[in-house]
Amino acid sequence: MKIAVVATAVAVLAGIGLSPEIAGATSPKKQAKVERNATPLSSVLLQQRQARGAYLARAGNCIGCHTAQGGRAYAGGRKLSTPFGTFVTSNITPDKATGIGDWNEDDFWKALHEGKSRDGRLLYPAFPYTEYTKITREDSDAIFAHLRALEPVVQQNPPSQVASRYDFQPLLTLWRAAYFKPGVYQADPTKSTEWNRGAYLVQGLGHCSACHAERNPLGGMIGRKGDDKLGGGQIMGSNWYAPSLTSSLEASTAGWPVEEIVQLLTTGISPRATTSGPMAEVVSQSLQHLTKEDARAVAIYLKSLPETQSHQQVNPPAQAEQLQAWLRYGARIYKEHCQDCHGDSGQGAPGIYPPLAGNRSVTLTPPTNVIRSVLNGGYPPSTSGNPRPYGMPPFAQVLRDGEVALVLSYIRNAWGNRASLVTTAQVDKSREGITER
Amino acid sequence: MRQFISLLFIAAALSGVSGVSSVMATASDGIASSSAGPAMPVTVPDTMAERVKPCTVCHGQADRVGRDAYYPRIAGKPEGYLFNQLRDFRDGRRYYRPMTLLLANVSDEYLREMAAYFSALRQPYPPPEQVISSPTEIRQAQKLIQQGDATRDIPACIECHGKQLMGTAPFIPGLLGLPRIYIAAQFGAWKNGGVMRGQESNCMSDIARQLTIKETNAVAAWLAAQPVPENAEPADVLSPEMVQRCGSIVQRSADR
Ligand code: HEC
Ligand code: HEC
Ligand code: HEC
Ligand code: HEC
Ligand code: HEC
Repeated sequence: MKIAVVATAVAVLAGIGLSPEIAGATSPKKQAKVERNATPLSSVLLQQRQARGAYLARAGNCIGCHTAQGGRAYAGGRKLSTPFGTFVTSNITPDKATGIGDWNEDDFWKALHEGKSRDGRLLYPAFPYTEYTKITREDSDAIFAHLRALEPVVQQNPPSQVASRYDFQPLLTLWRAAYFKPGVYQADPTKSTEWNRGAYLVQGLGHCSACHAERNPLGGMIGRKGDDKLGGGQIMGSNWYAPSLTSSLEASTAGWPVEEIVQLLTTGISPRATTSGPMAEVVSQSLQHLTKEDARAVAIYLKSLPETQSHQQVNPPAQAEQLQAWLRYGARIYKEHCQDCHGDSGQGAPGIYPPLAGNRSVTLTPPTNVIRSVLNGGYPPSTSGNPRPYGMPPFAQVLRDGEVALVLSYIRNAWGNRASLVTTAQVDKSREGITER
Repeated sequence: MRQFISLLFIAAALSGVSGVSSVMATASDGIASSSAGPAMPVTVPDTMAERVKPCTVCHGQADRVGRDAYYPRIAGKPEGYLFNQLRDFRDGRRYYRPMTLLLANVSDEYLREMAAYFSALRQPYPPPEQVISSPTEIRQAQKLIQQGDATRDIPACIECHGKQLMGTAPFIPGLLGLPRIYIAAQFGAWKNGGVMRGQESNCMSDIARQLTIKETNAVAAWLAAQPVPENAEPADVLSPEMVQRCGSIVQRSADR
């Protein structure tokens, strides 16, 4: 590895391009690309390509990760904390010194498709190249054209806080051997064009499985069936659970009308579900910008996903006397603090205040998300389809841990809902998590 | 190798998180099964008052001390000022975690609407606080407020906050009707390297950093002891010199 890096450095110093042998890039189209680079595109074509790239970058939510809180767009510096360390996103504006101003289309393709930086360094999979590898070369070039057209921002970001690079690179090599298979999305000829477009967006650009996949101890995804790695999982290093998109007990949309799925993804709210936390961010930064056709394609694909068993067990509580008393206390808290908005039988005001009765987000086995909802409150995202959402107050300052546990245990077991009880200790643990994003 | 193993170890420990085991055995029957027919959806007024309910749990009629912090009143403050604060909380430039989380996915346009709503809200001011200050403290406070201190390049507070100290629309807030501890806390936040109130320095933090703790306490006490004049309104013009000083606040808002 070190040798390759040294070789790269030498090559760069000598001002010659990387040879594919060293970089390990063996794109058959390489020759054609070089020629295409040589003849500048007509300005109309270039503009079209940039516009397409801007749209695709939205669909991939590049801006979400590559912009720090309150920082300049695409200048990077956002910190992503995971059990492996804190990863810092790169500046991908075309600044020569601190961004990707010196890159060409091939370098960029290598990053997206193979997860390698321009100097050959293996990139950390906190950058979801395990999904982006499915992006076509044409789309990659368009995104690159868009990024090239941005105003360069001079911003040197701090390095990621992980085991030092030379220790981490061999680990990454192993990890990649086990969990990473580069390859553009291959259309399924037995399915419609629309379905294939949806699959391309979900598996590739949309990188839904970056959050919605079940992960094994090494951070590798466990696919249950072919390429549908959407079985639900705790988001690494955060206090959010991204539910399974293939289990009807969690967030499968198999039984929904397509219009409602589109509505949820593009406006952040629907009669049956509301997005919050990281999902609200995905909606506001990315999904709300999808064209009608693309949003529909995503919905069709999601709806078609075969049911998989939820790996979360449903263990509703037994009906002891003591328990009844607790739940009555929970009901009192509900009446005082929650009923105005969510209704006396958890019916809510669909599209405004989410119903809690029959709401799968409420009964998810890991109570992580509902605890967060109640402690922190929140607004669903402001989107063009729902620009002025109604919000939920935070209760962290109003209710004690025990009271939060009681009211949650109640709503998880009232109005036909059935789920495990929430303990005071679980609430307490989530309070700590509030310090992270 | 050692790191590799410890990584595996950490990761394995973490993966245990998702398999939350339930305390309870399987149930026999429901607890509060719905018996009545489907309930009518809750009726929700299509108003801003309804939309800002999450705010009013903390920002009520008056300032008050919450369990975790001091909740300032926001009604009637200048719109541009409120908007700047909301955007700063959301983007992590002013620090109070619960508001940052609450506002995470709210657009600028909507924040502006919230600011306009609270700015237009008229709520009675609290009566002046009973504070005991020494004559020296009173003199010190009045001098800073009315004349400033040219030797340290500190303009009089009234230059920016208006002759009546009711602020200057649309970016500078009034200083009357605020509790002493809130004012003192804001000065503390500016002085402590701006962790709580913005990393970037601006015309206000520059002044705050120059004042001694004695001075800020004296000023906070004096301000809190003043009654709010009847029908008090913010001033509407900021002198060009002060506009220049406060460029980062006035300009940043004009950008959008
Ligand atoms: C989930 C967060 C996330 C998303 C979404 C994301 N990135 Fe990144 N990206 C990262 C991280 C983290 C790194 C740094 C990885 C490293 O240093 O090893 C990175 C690195 C990169 C690099 C390599 C920069 C370099 O100097 O080597 C490029 C190019 C890049 N991203 C482009 C994109 C594009 C284009 C998109 C959208 C299609 C995108 N990223 C979306 C997290 C993200
Ligand atoms: C950054 C992590 C992340 C990414 C990327 C992500 N999700 Fe999610 N998603 C979540 C979390 C966390 C939740 C649970 C919170 C909630 O219910 O909104 C969720 C919830 C959902 C829900 C259920 C909403 C509900 O309330 O029932 C659907 C459907 C969904 N995601 C679809 C998608 C699709 C499709 C993609 C890809 C285009 C995607 N997600 C990408 C984190 C993510
Ligand atoms: C002012 C109205 C209001 C009150 C009062 C209120 N909520 Fe909410 N609640 C909402 C809104 C709006 C959302 C959607 C928030 C979001 O998407 O971030 C929500 C979301 C939720 C969710 C998540 C639902 C989902 O689909 O993800 C739960 C659980 C919840 N509330 C429980 C409660 C409990 C328990 C109380 C009382 C302690 C309460 N709420 C009080 C308005 C309210
Ligand atoms: C959990 C309690 C809480 C909630 C809920 C809350 N705030 Fe605040 N807010 C505070 C506290 C505490 C401060 C003062 C923080 C500080 O000292 O910097 C504050 C400060 C402010 C300020 C700055 C006031 C000033 O004079 O500088 C504004 C504006 C504001 N909040 C608006 C809102 C709005 C709008 C909402 C609803 C979207 C909201 N807040 C919800 C507690 C809350
Ligand atoms: C050069 C103009 C200027 C001068 C002089 C000035 N201020 Fe300010 N002050 C501001 C601005 C601008 C803000 C709003 C800061 C922001 O947007 O974060 C402010 C905010 C404040 C606040 C916060 C109010 C709230 O509701 O949170 C206090 C308190 C304050 N000033 C006190 C003073 C005192 C006392 C003096 C005199 C010693 C003074 N200021 C002099 C410009 C000035």
